Amino acid sequence: MRDVAIIGVGLTKFGERWESGIKELMAEAGLAALEDANISSKDIDAIYGGSMTPGRFIGQEHVAALMADQLGLGNIPATRVENACASGGTALRQGYMAVASGLHDIVVVGGVEKMTDVSTGEATTALGGAGDQEWELFQGLTFPGLYALMARRHMHEYGTTEEQMAAVAVKNHENAYHNKYAQFHRRITIDDVLNSKMVADPLKLLDCSPITDGAAAIVLAPMDVAKKYNDTPILIAASEQASDTLRLADRESLTSIKAARIASQKAYEHAKVTPKDIDVAEVHDCFTIAEIIAMEDLGFFKKGEAAKAIEEGRTAINGDISVNTSGGLKGCGHPVGATGIKQAVEITWQLRGEAEGRQVAGAEIGLTHNVGGSGATAVVHILKRVN
Amino acid sequence: MEKSPADLWRKVRSRYILLGNMCENCGARYFPPRLVCRNCGRNSKMKDLRFKGTGEIYSYTIIRSPPDGFEDLAPYTVALIKLDEGPIVEGHIVDNGKPVQIGTRVRAVLRRIYKEGDEGLIYYQYKFEPV
Repeated sequence: MRDVAIIGVGLTKFGERWESGIKELMAEAGLAALEDANISSKDIDAIYGGSMTPGRFIGQEHVAALMADQLGLGNIPATRVENACASGGTALRQGYMAVASGLHDIVVVGGVEKMTDVSTGEATTALGGAGDQEWELFQGLTFPGLYALMARRHMHEYGTTEEQMAAVAVKNHENAYHNKYAQFHRRITIDDVLNSKMVADPLKLLDCSPITDGAAAIVLAPMDVAKKYNDTPILIAASEQASDTLRLADRESLTSIKAARIASQKAYEHAKVTPKDIDVAEVHDCFTIAEIIAMEDLGFFKKGEAAKAIEEGRTAINGDISVNTSGGLKGCGHPVGATGIKQAVEITWQLRGEAEGRQVAGAEIGLTHNVGGSGATAVVHILKRVN
Repeated sequence: MEKSPADLWRKVRSRYILLGNMCENCGARYFPPRLVCRNCGRNSKMKDLRFKGTGEIYSYTIIRSPPDGFEDLAPYTVALIKLDEGPIVEGHIVDNGKPVQIGTRVRAVLRRIYKEGDEGLIYYQYKFEPV
């Protein structure tokens, strides 16, 4: 297996992009990544495109070929990857595997979701497809509802409070304030979160990531040629993935995502690092409780201790570990298929020292944690700066 | 949400009488029923098992921002019930004035869950009532 490097990254502005359709979003992010890698469209050997449910959102399937088309990549193999909200992270892993194996040299991985053309109810229904259609959706359970069930149990078992969950949203909005690509540039307070509209008790509107349009793209290359394109190629030191039951009620625990524990454990082993070595992490905070659970699953804090640590500011930028410097799904936005790619884009900027007002001092090792559904898929990447 | 009458019909026994199954190879119990035991894979030996419908609330939430089709019902309480036989199942909690908390004892009752407008199908299923 060859070492694989990230040689170019690109993002669209995240948000309610009413002026842009899915093609414009793809082209905007893809062009930015090609320019960043200083590479020609004709040099790309393959593309993997993550998108959760464009068919439900805008009636468009077959979006990887569309990405290749819209970016002028020629007649290269183009493969759509779908793993619900982990579609992006899974697409990155597919691209990594293609380059590592030697099958392809230069690969683009992209992620896109165009979500704001439909009503909130339609979006809620579409996103619900990440859960068990026959048993969870049939009851009118929603994704906020599923994570609320996890939150309620976490509160019961570990004494986690609504204020501690709110602290996740406050931190991530603060980080997003310094990210020009973020959906929200609005600082919020604990009281703002607690007083926001209840969505699924105990989760309120400001505990939930928003509905977002956006796209992200990354150019991958074998490490031995990466320097030809980029002075600071970022090494993919580990790319791991695990799955679990689709239905929340079938899991061993509501307060931990087993697939994330397995994927991260394997990633640490493969990259030969420990949680203590991670300087900066982008984790899947689709709801505030999810970031608390992620901190525990990834081994950054002991079980039941993450909520307090977050409340104390230990996961703020330049804290013990800097978490969701982009603003996370909560502050930066969550175009579901793009999120897993965007996480790696942010870590790349951090490791290159290009994260502007949210830069983590001296960041050398970063991690991404991308979860599909209520935990049926987890993808973890560890990225390293190579000096 | 677009529901299919065939989908309801396929699962009707489980939805009406809490019919699950168990694996005679390892003893694992399942609701809803599955063709393959998660522990035993292709060595599964599944047989029907009807659950009593009694258990306790393991976690719960109140859905206030519903998916399409549930607008008229919201807000509604959905819980995960740990059945006395072991499996956890999701279900609506019927409001009978009794408090809903983790640990509250409940029993299954048959109720209407969803109606497709004034002329469409009416879907029935178990819900849970605090006792």
